[in-house]
Amino acid sequence: MSVLDLSIKELQEKLNNKDITVTEIVQAAYDRIKETDDDIQAFVTLNEEEALSQAKALDEKGIDENQFPLFGMPIGIKDNIVTKGLRTTCSSQILSNLDDPLYDATVMQKLNSAKALNIGKLNMDEFAMGSSTENSSMKVTRNPWNTDFVPGGSSGGSAAAVAAGQVPFALGSDTGGSVRQPASYCGVVGMKPTYGRISRFGLVAFASSLDQIGPLTRTVEDNARILEVIAGQDEMDSTSANVDVPKYRDALTGDVKGLKIAVPKEYFGEGVDEEVQTSVRQALKVLEEQGAEWDEVSLPHSKYAVAAYYMIASSEASANLARFDGVRYGKRAENTEDMMDMFKKSRSEGFGEEVKRRIMLGTFALSSGYYDAYYKKAQQVRTLIKQDFDQIFEEYDVVLGPTAPTTAFKIGDQIDDPLTMYANDIMTIPVNLAGVPGISVPCGFHSENNLPIGLQIIGKHFDESTVYRVAHAYEQATDHHKQKPQLGGAK
Amino acid sequence: MSKISKDQVKHVANLARLSITEQEAEKYSEQLSAIIDFSELLNELDTSNVEPTTHVLEMKNIVRKDEPKEWISKEDALKNAPDQKDGQFRVPSILDS
Repeated sequence: MSVLDLSIKELQEKLNNKDITVTEIVQAAYDRIKETDDDIQAFVTLNEEEALSQAKALDEKGIDENQFPLFGMPIGIKDNIVTKGLRTTCSSQILSNLDDPLYDATVMQKLNSAKALNIGKLNMDEFAMGSSTENSSMKVTRNPWNTDFVPGGSSGGSAAAVAAGQVPFALGSDTGGSVRQPASYCGVVGMKPTYGRISRFGLVAFASSLDQIGPLTRTVEDNARILEVIAGQDEMDSTSANVDVPKYRDALTGDVKGLKIAVPKEYFGEGVDEEVQTSVRQALKVLEEQGAEWDEVSLPHSKYAVAAYYMIASSEASANLARFDGVRYGKRAENTEDMMDMFKKSRSEGFGEEVKRRIMLGTFALSSGYYDAYYKKAQQVRTLIKQDFDQIFEEYDVVLGPTAPTTAFKIGDQIDDPLTMYANDIMTIPVNLAGVPGISVPCGFHSENNLPIGLQIIGKHFDESTVYRVAHAYEQATDHHKQKPQLGGAK
Repeated sequence: MSKISKDQVKHVANLARLSITEQEAEKYSEQLSAIIDFSELLNELDTSNVEPTTHVLEMKNIVRKDEPKEWISKEDALKNAPDQKDGQFRVPSILDS
C-alpha cells in the first residue's frame, strides 16, 4: 500500500508519529507520476524541485496540523488556477509561454498558508471549455479505468490524477459540470460548492456568473477538509459571499434519519443509461435504509438548461477572453502588419477550435439586435430554473440523481459534434445556473465496460454541510470508493 | 430556421478580433446555425414577466476601501510581455504612418 492511498487524517497521524516524512509523501507522488503519466497524461507542468524543497523545510519544522490544517499534503492544481512563478496555461497555446505568472490565486494563498504542497498543474479542456479534456492543446488525458476512454472534463487531468493515485487531492473548476462530471467518469469525489463560496480571484475566468473552484478527492472527508481551507469571502472577489465557513467535517455524522430527498423525474429520462439509473436508485435505497425519506419531484425547466447555459456561458466567455490579445503576456503572432492584424492573428493562432466557436457564439449573442433574443432570453430562463430549485428546497433537504447520463465515452467518439458533447452536461448545468452546491460520489460500475458511475447530491445555497453529510453516509455504507483502477487496462 | 450567413459570421469574427478563412466562415455558419436552432427551444417558454438573473445570490454594492497597496511592480508587469520598450508594452503601429 502506498502512502498516497492514505487520507489526510491518516497521513497526519503518521507524520505525528514520525512513521513517514513529508519528503517521502511528495517523493511518492512524483514516483507515481513518473510510473503512470505516460499512460494517463494528467500533468501539464510539474513543480518537483520547489515541492521537494518545501517538503524538506516542513520536515525540519515538524507537523502542527492545528495551525496548518493541510501540513505536507500533496495536491494537484488545474491549470486555469494562477500559480505564482509556475507556468499557467489553461491548456491553451495562447498562454503556453506564460512561464512566470506574477501572483497566486486566492485559493493558492490559502493552500500555501495551510502548508499544502503544489505537486503540479493538471490538464484540462482549453479554457475549461469541454467535457472530455480532448480540447486541450497540450495533450489528451486518459481515463485510468480504461485508457481508451476519456476522463471527462473539463477538469479531466484533476480527476484522472486522483483516480490514478498520482496525487490524493486536486483542485478543479466547475462552470457547467467540470468538476462533477470527470469525478463521475473517473470514480472519485468532486464538489462544486455554492457560487460565491470560494474566491475566484486568480481563477482564469470562463463564465464569471457560473465558475466555481472545487476539490476532487478519493473520500468525502478529505474533500470537506480541503473546502474548509479554501472557502471564504475575499476582498479580491466581490462575488465571494460574506457567509461563515463551517467546519464541514463536523457534518459527517453518518446520520441521515428523517432527511428529505427530492428525486427529479427529469433526471431519469430519455438518454440516461438504464444501468446508471439503476445504480442511482440503489443508492437511494441505501439512504432509505438509513432512515432518509424520498419523493419523486419535478424540476420542469430542466430541459431548457443546456440551451440557456450555452448562450450565457459563451456570451460571458466572449467578453472574458477579450483580454488575450498578445499585448501584455501570452503569445503574439509574428509578421503582423498593424495592431488590428496583430490582435486577430494572435487570437486566431492562439485559440483552439472549441474556444473560437464559443467566442463566436457569444459575440453573436451579445451583438446589436440579437442581445434580447438570445442573452436576455437565456437569463430569463435561468430565473425559471433557479425557481425550480427554490421551490423544491422549501420542502426538501437535498436533490439526488445521476451526475452524468452515461459512463465515460471513448476518446474521439464525440469530439466532432458540439451538440452531442454538450448533452453530457444536462444534469450538472442546472446546478451552476441556480448557483447551488453539488457533489459527485462513486455509486457503482457499469457491467458493460467496468467504468465508474456517479451519484449527484445537490443542496441549498451555502448548505455544503448537508451535501457532505449525505454523501458521507452513502460512502460509508458502500465500498465503491475503495476500488482502484489497474492501470493500463480494464478493471 | 435561423441561418447565420457567411457574411454575418465574418462580421462577428471581426467584432471578436478573429481572422477566419472562407472555409472557416462556411463551417462556423453551419455550426453556429445549428447551435442557434437548438437554442430556439427557449422560445417555447413565455418569459415576458420574468426578470433575468443577473446574480444568483442576493448581494449588491460590495465595496472596499480604495487604498493603494504593494502589488505588482512595473518591472514584473513587463516580465511576460511579448515586446517592450522604455518600460512600456510595445505594439505594432496603430495609426498609418
